[in-house]
Amino acid sequence: MKVLLSWLNEYGDFADPTDADAVTRLADTMTALGLAVEGIDRVGDTVDGVVTARVLRLEQHPDAAKVQRVYVDAGDGAERHVWCGAFNMQVGDVVPLATLGTTMPNGMTIERRGILGIDSEGMLCAADELGLGTDHSGILILPPDVELGVPYGEVLGLSPDVLFDLDLTRNRPDCWGYVGIARDVAAQMGVEFRPPRPPEPDWGPERTAPVELVAGDRCGRFTSVVMSGVEVGPSPDWMQRRLLAAGMRPINNVVDASNYVTLELNQPTHAYDLDTLGGGGFRIRVANDGEQMVTLDGETRVLTNADVLICDADDVPIGIGGIMGGLDSEISDATTVVAHEIAWFTPLTVLQTSSRLGLRTEASARYERGCDPYIIDTAHARFAELLGQSCPNLVVHAGEADERGPSLPPQERSTEVRISEVNRVLGTSLTADDLAPLLDPIGFTVSGSGETRTVTIPTWRPDSAEEIDVIEEVARHYGYERVGKTVPKSTVHGALSVRQQRRRRLREVLLGLGISEAMPNPFLAPDTLAKAGLEGPTISITNPLVVEESVLRTSLRPGLLRAIAYNESHRATGVKLFEIGHVYPPGTGELPDEYEALCVVLAGQEAPAAMAVWREIASALGVGARIDQGRVPPGLHATRSATLQAGKEPTGAVGEVDPAVLQRFEVQERVAILELNLDEVLGREPKPAQWKPVSKYPSSDLDLAFTLSDDVPAEKLEKAIRQGAGKLLVDIELFDVFRGESLGDDRRSLAYRVRLQAADRNLTDADVAEVRRGAVAAATKLGAELRG
Amino acid sequence: MIDDIRAAQAAALTQVEQADSLAAVAALDTRLLGKQGELAAFKRQLGSLETVDEKKAAGQAVNEAMQTVAAALEARRDELGEAALQARVAAERLDLTEYAAAPTRGHAHLVTQAWERLEDVFIGLGFQVAEGPEVETDWHNFEALNMGEGHPARGEFDTLFVDYAPDGGTEGRTVLRTHTSPVQIRTMLEQEPPIYIVAPGRVFRRDTPDATHMPVFHQIEGLVVDRNITLADLAGTIEAFTHAFFGPGFSSRLRPSYFPFTEPSAEFDVQRPDGSWLELGGCGMVHPNVLRAGGIDPTEWSGFAFGFGIDRMAVMRHAVADLRDMYADDIRFAAQF
Repeated sequence: MKVLLSWLNEYGDFADPTDADAVTRLADTMTALGLAVEGIDRVGDTVDGVVTARVLRLEQHPDAAKVQRVYVDAGDGAERHVWCGAFNMQVGDVVPLATLGTTMPNGMTIERRGILGIDSEGMLCAADELGLGTDHSGILILPPDVELGVPYGEVLGLSPDVLFDLDLTRNRPDCWGYVGIARDVAAQMGVEFRPPRPPEPDWGPERTAPVELVAGDRCGRFTSVVMSGVEVGPSPDWMQRRLLAAGMRPINNVVDASNYVTLELNQPTHAYDLDTLGGGGFRIRVANDGEQMVTLDGETRVLTNADVLICDADDVPIGIGGIMGGLDSEISDATTVVAHEIAWFTPLTVLQTSSRLGLRTEASARYERGCDPYIIDTAHARFAELLGQSCPNLVVHAGEADERGPSLPPQERSTEVRISEVNRVLGTSLTADDLAPLLDPIGFTVSGSGETRTVTIPTWRPDSAEEIDVIEEVARHYGYERVGKTVPKSTVHGALSVRQQRRRRLREVLLGLGISEAMPNPFLAPDTLAKAGLEGPTISITNPLVVEESVLRTSLRPGLLRAIAYNESHRATGVKLFEIGHVYPPGTGELPDEYEALCVVLAGQEAPAAMAVWREIASALGVGARIDQGRVPPGLHATRSATLQAGKEPTGAVGEVDPAVLQRFEVQERVAILELNLDEVLGREPKPAQWKPVSKYPSSDLDLAFTLSDDVPAEKLEKAIRQGAGKLLVDIELFDVFRGESLGDDRRSLAYRVRLQAADRNLTDADVAEVRRGAVAAATKLGAELRG
Repeated sequence: MIDDIRAAQAAALTQVEQADSLAAVAALDTRLLGKQGELAAFKRQLGSLETVDEKKAAGQAVNEAMQTVAAALEARRDELGEAALQARVAAERLDLTEYAAAPTRGHAHLVTQAWERLEDVFIGLGFQVAEGPEVETDWHNFEALNMGEGHPARGEFDTLFVDYAPDGGTEGRTVLRTHTSPVQIRTMLEQEPPIYIVAPGRVFRRDTPDATHMPVFHQIEGLVVDRNITLADLAGTIEAFTHAFFGPGFSSRLRPSYFPFTEPSAEFDVQRPDGSWLELGGCGMVHPNVLRAGGIDPTEWSGFAFGFGIDRMAVMRHAVADLRDMYADDIRFAAQF
């Protein structure tokens, strides 16, 4: 909401626009009340050196088609010549002349710069060049009968002013009108509040534009007052200037007075030409599904039975309720009698219709937040008062039509307010007697006595209904800053949960391994998961920004593969990335089977690198899993990948990405990959390890090398050796793997170093021989052959 | 004989002096001091002396000579040992600047860095960290937060809806959470007051990406529910956070605002030491309807909530000009932090 200070000052003495400190104080007051000041613009400043001048004659130079020569009189009787690129002025027009040496707002200084060797003694100005709006269509034409050679600001009535830009919250519809802002600020500053008090009209003979209110459940009140003696013409200059400052284009005195009331009282109004209003009255109903009408902006609107239509008495639509009038019902120059209409619509009706039509207007913005249904009479009188200034013969006819529907809010609303509750919420020590001075000035009337008071809620505050709403008003006008700052004495022990601590440890392990964290977009294109070799049901966004980002990921893998490809394309190879994030497969419960996952991708690395990462994680987090290479996870390399199996459910996957998938993602390097379901890995904390005494007796090492078929996992051989060796085995390490022609195509040599130690005695040669026999026997059962 | 002993001692000392290795010193030790050594030989000759006095004097001389030589050998051994260590150290020279290559540690995402810093500050203030699902029910995301069906504030969230419908349910009731506030509701439903939590998390809006907006971004939300929690407690907690997170030269203020789920509501701003203001987030006293939706009796308990963006903390700290860069997963970006 743009607020012009000189206009606001109509309703109270708030600040002198030329007093910068006072302007700042006012802005701070508004912000402290919740009317956030987003911008403060000085307006109305004039450019020194620009004076009025009359066009004496115009001349075209034969060699310069895009400019013309203009001769002007700047009051001293001398004829001055200027070049001008605009052609909108005529001989006799008064125009602003920037004299030589003038510095324009854009920083340019006017010089005697000539064209074709002919000097220019100044520059004629367009409106925008003087900081007056954005119009650059031609030179600004000033009123004709003014003194020449005087500052243009004088003849335009310009004076220094301030334009505030307020960011209003949804709960303050009243502040969409100047009066609402002024009431709040006056109360806070202790300034006298002067709302407009239009005199009761001098009622003319009864004349009614009758109203038939059919849609009373959506339109709570619909009124019309007939006014005759209207002479359509321009509205007064002061009114035009204010409307322009508010961003509204002046149209004529009827429309401008209506708009002025809208801005002043936050109450949209509309004037219809009674002579062209079919049947001379109104009928308010919902639209038929598919019904069409052409709105003021020339658009054809298709309506539904959720929209309120204002029709004439012949049931022809002339406006969409609370949003915009129709093209055919505009005031024309010939209008002499108007039916002035003011209504109240339910906010939800206007919100839904304007959202669906994508049509937001000054009226809809106000109705959807909530207008005051009981300011309507004042608004009619104010409109008549303003229009009367330019229509001396205006007659306001008795016989107002005023139809009300069931959706009209009650005029009297009140709530009990306990001072104990005020203090409990705010942390203040107010007494019940403190309430009235804070609340009465903003129209919340306090009555009663004792610790609980009755507060009547003003009709312009539809957001307010309950005790807590009134407490907020108390806080605003008492001042948030005055409430103080205390810290609650938390009895809660601040800490990360076990899961959160384990997540941090996981991240530290990965970073320590040189892997960086990525956060790709969790929204995928419809075919991306299939490209990654991942099938299965997915969830889609029903209103995505783009279809390429419309599917919720069920795996972190595609995002990281894309990141690898992106980095490769920027000459960054060997990139190592991880992501810890949610994936969203559908489920059967109230919500999808969303879970937290980890994915690690190591570009340019082979499967053992992913195994190494898994070993570090398993060790750091105290978790384990069976490496089941018989179950190749989808989308991974068929002979270099395994499912990580913890218990019955797979807990992850390790290995390399399928080369076909890499091709589809345009990744050039090999990619080692590790994926974990973190609900499994982080969710359970292992029990603390229990102490075992370290043996005091010497240990002895035994090296055993076997050849074994490639079909049998090394893990199985190690397990067999452990079992065969028995209790004396304290450690086993696979220290060499060898493949060679001598061993045959499908066999390899696996060499283990087994450390033996007894808890209670020295080992004997017999002990070692016994272990060796046991281990070899167990290995042989797997088809392993002892070497050398 | 005493003269012979003295001469032998002198000769021995010269040899010790000339020994040039630890092995040579060891050999000398045996040759000079051993039972079959040169000096020991004098001991065996003592019996051939005439008088007791002579025997005594010569014996003393032999002992002295042996002690002197032993001390010399020990000193020479130390000397040579020291030299050998020095020589080894000299020979082992490394140029450590050859090992000053780029560090290999990975880089945590900027959002994570800010996220963890925020968590740590709030843990220090006595908060626990709560989490919740990113795909949410309409009820948790809106309705329980005092935004019933048709509430105009819903329109301001630019909600992304998903086609997930639980068995027997209808579509359009499941959303990508537009804020972390549903975690408030889940926490209240799961645990009894007192509640002191922050809920950092990922949130979603139907926003076209630009320098300051992403459709996927992160917020942190705080919720306190306890007895006699007041607006002053909210202001004081925001102030304590401001000092802890930004530094002692920073302060904070609340100014009235509007959110459906809090009342009174406020925006909170942080003032930098240079006097300028930073608009940080929204906060307020938890609306009684929200407490009720969380199964908490608003006449017994009261509370406050606050929330703000994590991404903004991250880009501000490192002066990142465009939010989109932070999400490009470009290793050249990540490696800067």
